[in-house]
Amino acid sequence: MPSLGADMAAGQIVEWLVEPGDHVKRGDIIAVVETEKGAIEIEIFDEGKIQEVLVPVGEKAPVGMVLALLDGTADADAVSPTIPTLEESVTEEPRPLDAASPPETPFPATDTAQTTSPEPSERLRITPTARRRAAELGIDPSTLSGSGAAGAIILADIEAMLPEVATPTAPPTPEEPADRKSAIRHAIGAAMSRSNREIPHYYLGTTIDMEPTLNWIEATNKERPVTERLLSSALLLRAVGLALRQVPDLNGFWEDGAFRPGEGIHVGWSISLRGGGLIAPAIHDVDQKPIPQLMTEFRDLVKRTRQGGLRSSEMTDATITITSLGDQGVQSVFGMIYPPQVGLIGFGKIYERVWTNNGMIDAHRVIEATLSGDHRASDGHTGGQLLSLIDRLLQEPSKL
Amino acid sequence: MNETELKALIIRQIGEIAPEIEPGMVGPDEDIREACDLDSMDFLNLVIALHEATGVDIPEEDYPHLRTLNEGSAYLAKALTG
Repeated sequence: MPSLGADMAAGQIVEWLVEPGDHVKRGDIIAVVETEKGAIEIEIFDEGKIQEVLVPVGEKAPVGMVLALLDGTADADAVSPTIPTLEESVTEEPRPLDAASPPETPFPATDTAQTTSPEPSERLRITPTARRRAAELGIDPSTLSGSGAAGAIILADIEAMLPEVATPTAPPTPEEPADRKSAIRHAIGAAMSRSNREIPHYYLGTTIDMEPTLNWIEATNKERPVTERLLSSALLLRAVGLALRQVPDLNGFWEDGAFRPGEGIHVGWSISLRGGGLIAPAIHDVDQKPIPQLMTEFRDLVKRTRQGGLRSSEMTDATITITSLGDQGVQSVFGMIYPPQVGLIGFGKIYERVWTNNGMIDAHRVIEATLSGDHRASDGHTGGQLLSLIDRLLQEPSKL
Repeated sequence: MNETELKALIIRQIGEIAPEIEPGMVGPDEDIREACDLDSMDFLNLVIALHEATGVDIPEEDYPHLRTLNEGSAYLAKALTG
């Protein structure tokens, strides 16, 4: 069970999209998991053949638990990013889910069981699902010989005992809306408490002239069919992406006492959920996509955030986050960084105010841009560079 | 489509975007975006949905005409007959 955010303790399997024997490659969606932030599509980060699915539909699993076994080249690897040895996975029963005590550090990733000399053991080599299924069917697993890696008894061995197995699939019971609401508040509370506890924030703000950008959008949208019209958000997103290319110190993570630069510029966009709460899924490689494509992806992302169907990479890849509260009429927002990220950019509403330029007084539409920075990773000087770059880029929207 | 039907259409499309909004929750002269808490993306999706349902090409400068149910249905009715 991958961690889909600093605040996640467990997830419930809603659907498996693969079955044993299926060949999968990096990026394939293998399962759908229900979390307090909605149903998320889980992508796999390795290539191989699905050997066995360990956690059945409807069951809840803590972060770090092995969900399925992947038969790679020669070794059997676990699907989960945290890889337990096969030894552990075949002998350990699933740990009971206890929300009060989140799972301790993930299993250490070690070589697979083949390379560790298996000590002679009385314990039966059987996977948890196979053990459970055997119990359901009243089969004594010790009478079987396993066909899994290292001779472990896998689900297929149990199922093979029955000529016709009609597997009853109990539909997962979705959480009640009230539970969902309190769960998401709990999740946000946990992440923000950590942010407040661990991150020494500094805050900067500046006012950006939006006339050039808005005039450009208005002219562009006249030429575009309604389905392809742009919102200013797409240009803000693009400007942030390009600026981060030149100020990489704010694009990445603070981990184990050091800054780790992000691989690519993946900007999380904070999207409020209609029932309350928010999610900040990532739009990938923002600096490499033209504005129309960013707009299309942004629309699609908002839709999937509200209706379900976010992918695990979108939940975990963001290297920085933007929060935009302009639609709520807020003039400026000084946000909290979502750990382990090191920066958060805030945009307020676009409003008109008196603007002076070379001694001339005019009325311009402007936006307040703010930056919350992690002082461990950067200083106000660097943060200031980022904000002024964003400003400069927005003065020439046709070059974005 | 007459204005009553157009009003029903707008309410239906709002329901697609904001499922918790029920008919009757938005007054005919209330600001739709405020009453339904629609952000600019939601509003764009509403415009797209209305365009797809009626065929009316709603230019950006006409967005203010979609402020309320009364104004929006009148605007669309006029565009359909004109």
